[in-house]
Amino acid sequence: MKRSLLTAALVTLCGAAWAEAPTLTVYTYDSFVSDWGPGPAIEAAFEESCDCDLVFVGAGDGAALLARMKLEGARTKADVVLGLDTSLIENAKATGLFAEHGIQPSGLSLPVTWDDSVFLPYDWGYFSFVYDKTRLSDAPDSFAALLESDVNIIIQDPRSSTPGLGLLLWVKAVYGSDAQTVWEALSPQIITVTKGWSEAYGMFLEGESDMVLSYTTSPAYHLIAEGDDTKAAAIFDEGHYMQIEVAAKVAGTDQEVLADAFLEFMLSETFQAILPTTNWMYPAVTPSGGLPDGFDTYSTQHALLIPAANVEAVRKEALAEWLSALSR
Amino acid sequence: MAVRAKSINPVVIFGGSAALLFVALLTVGPLIALWMRADVSTRLSGSNWSAIRFTVFQATLSAIISISLAIPVARALARRQFRGRALLLTLLGAPFLLPVIVAVFGLLAVWGRSGFVSQLLIASGGERISIYGLTGVLLAHVFFNLPLVARLILQGWGQIPAEHFRLAAQLGMRPADVFRRLEWPMLRGILPGAFLLVFLLCTTSFAVALALGGGPKATTIELAIYQALRFEFDLGKAALLGLVQFSICAIVAFWSLRAAVNANFGGGLSGAVKHWDASSQVLLWQDRLVLLGVSAFLGAPLVAILIRGVPSLGNLPVTVWPAAVNSVLIALSSAALSVFLALSLAAMIDLLKSRDSRLSSTVEGFGMLTLAASPFVLGTGLFIVIHPVADPFALALPITALVNAAISLPLTLRALLPALQRQRLVYGKLADSLGMSSWVRFRVAIWPEIRRPLGFSTGLAAALSMGDLGVITLFAPPNVETLPLVMYRLMGAYRIEDAASVGLVLVSLTLTMFWIFDRGGRLGHQS
Repeated sequence: MKRSLLTAALVTLCGAAWAEAPTLTVYTYDSFVSDWGPGPAIEAAFEESCDCDLVFVGAGDGAALLARMKLEGARTKADVVLGLDTSLIENAKATGLFAEHGIQPSGLSLPVTWDDSVFLPYDWGYFSFVYDKTRLSDAPDSFAALLESDVNIIIQDPRSSTPGLGLLLWVKAVYGSDAQTVWEALSPQIITVTKGWSEAYGMFLEGESDMVLSYTTSPAYHLIAEGDDTKAAAIFDEGHYMQIEVAAKVAGTDQEVLADAFLEFMLSETFQAILPTTNWMYPAVTPSGGLPDGFDTYSTQHALLIPAANVEAVRKEALAEWLSALSR
Repeated sequence: MAVRAKSINPVVIFGGSAALLFVALLTVGPLIALWMRADVSTRLSGSNWSAIRFTVFQATLSAIISISLAIPVARALARRQFRGRALLLTLLGAPFLLPVIVAVFGLLAVWGRSGFVSQLLIASGGERISIYGLTGVLLAHVFFNLPLVARLILQGWGQIPAEHFRLAAQLGMRPADVFRRLEWPMLRGILPGAFLLVFLLCTTSFAVALALGGGPKATTIELAIYQALRFEFDLGKAALLGLVQFSICAIVAFWSLRAAVNANFGGGLSGAVKHWDASSQVLLWQDRLVLLGVSAFLGAPLVAILIRGVPSLGNLPVTVWPAAVNSVLIALSSAALSVFLALSLAAMIDLLKSRDSRLSSTVEGFGMLTLAASPFVLGTGLFIVIHPVADPFALALPITALVNAAISLPLTLRALLPALQRQRLVYGKLADSLGMSSWVRFRVAIWPEIRRPLGFSTGLAAALSMGDLGVITLFAPPNVETLPLVMYRLMGAYRIEDAASVGLVLVSLTLTMFWIFDRGGRLGHQS
């Protein structure tokens, strides 16, 4: 018993002590580092030129990532944090743990202008309801149509999930002070609310609901990775709420030069071209070869985004409304 | 008696106290760590209170239903011998061992809106069913816990010596009399502990409650803790909620353990038990129906998991195998530690019982309360304590094993304590008067009595650790994965089918491990 514990500890220790080249530690979310995410390809590409060891550390999802940084504080090993999003930016800045990037990003293909001095975007997406064309022939084309229909949905809990929070802000951005009424009207159509995206999406694929809250890019995964064109995103007239994923340099980093180089690399063609078919989001800079098939199908004129500085206040209010509407 | 007791006391008391201290450090320690790091004082909001109410409500209901259904199942298993009984006994371990998410999908394949039952109803002109809401929560919790409770109660039946049933038959007792004279006294000793166990397991439920609960009405305290730690980073609130959860569980623990009345049936020759009382055709068919029903209820979701997992077995990612090795390593370490802790505590509880029963049940209560500690609070608290002094990454696997051992302690304790107590009641005085040395006593009196529960509980502890995502998410260094982590990462990358296959590998490994220990404990025994 004792020996196995000791061996386990030693093995991990040796693994950590092995690398001699300077190490750049990047904290990110779990799905970024997994074998199926962008992590491995990006690591290989960056290490070709940096003469360093790039280590990705996965820490739950975006919100868990920020909590982890707060927990570790200034003692953190992270040099770069990649994977926060627009709804977390203000909260993250308040910690004082992040440094200004000093980069003038050029050629960004976001639907909004970007002028944040601390965080740089690397990809983005629209939240949307995804459905199966073989099961739902007449998908709603607006929130209003959704409310009038008897289409049922599975959503994620805004208290534990990023898309869940996205929908909360989406409804608020569209309906403002009427949000609570809308949630009350929508309530009977909500099959269930899950802890995270994975459970909800899995349940949708099992046929538990007509639609699930996900991204407009989700059908592209099924098309490209599985050759399955039955999934589609319902495009809403009111517009779609955006999620912009961002990264920043950690203020206390001891690898300043490498961290800067990584942020530059992040907006490069190499990095950006890896993203669409691994992270299944729109790259922040459209690669010169354009986007893969399935990605350009959905574009909307109305990108919705609540300014980062207001998100915290809006979130609190919207969450209270959501809770009271759905707890009846 | 006094002479023997003196020579045994120090070791038992020292071992027990050390185990108790360890448990206290792991349960109360993280709460304190969080509290110290928190900067503002917080209060519970209205939604927190409704979460508390819902948690207690569903946990109580889950426990009552699980127990009520488990009694007839255990009785049927106790008084019938049939082909496939050993297989059914192993399968009874299965639901409990399933990783939460695997179980949810198994249950939905049967009870979901597109599940087997709904398809059947639609085909026969009916409506599809929707289990989302309290029904879904209870369904899942009963699915998880009924079999566990059935196994625990079955152990109780095994404690009634065969001679008692023979005597009952000679006296012409009817089944109702046998229940009143033999079975009910046994149940009074077992049920409170079983109730407590299910209550605790359901209290910390979170993903299941939410996914099947149909919305924020089904919010548990655990979700509120998760929210406080993750979105709000309000350590004070997390600590406060953790304390509330802990206090509720402590009250239920001490209340239920004091309600337990242990019956002393004395010893027997441990021969095969023949149940003359249950020989009527009516009872035979009643037992058959019960066993058939429970097999279908537990078996159908398991079959669904098998069917879902098989198609993608061919393209399992290579990372599965090192992750499997990690998981097995952690599981074995934590099972060994858990059983060691349980034995140390059980010995002390048993020793105290004859001297100060209140102190004894207090110690027992503490042993059970590791389940009441929120895994998120536990993980975060440990992180706060460890981060300044050591690299949490380097300690990821040992810490995971340690925490898993603590979390499975209530189970191992629940299984081992009754056997140890019975052993002392039956053989204690005889062994004392024969002046047996500790070793001889262990070999002759204790070992034969505890080997079955030991095998069962080691298997449970190992299995529980296998399926747990646990604190590894907070501590996992780059490139160190466990099977549940691989599964969740696959799901997060749209690869639901591959995740189902990894789930199947996980379940098969877990069940095999459980079977080896459980079977090992029963080998050469009439079970």
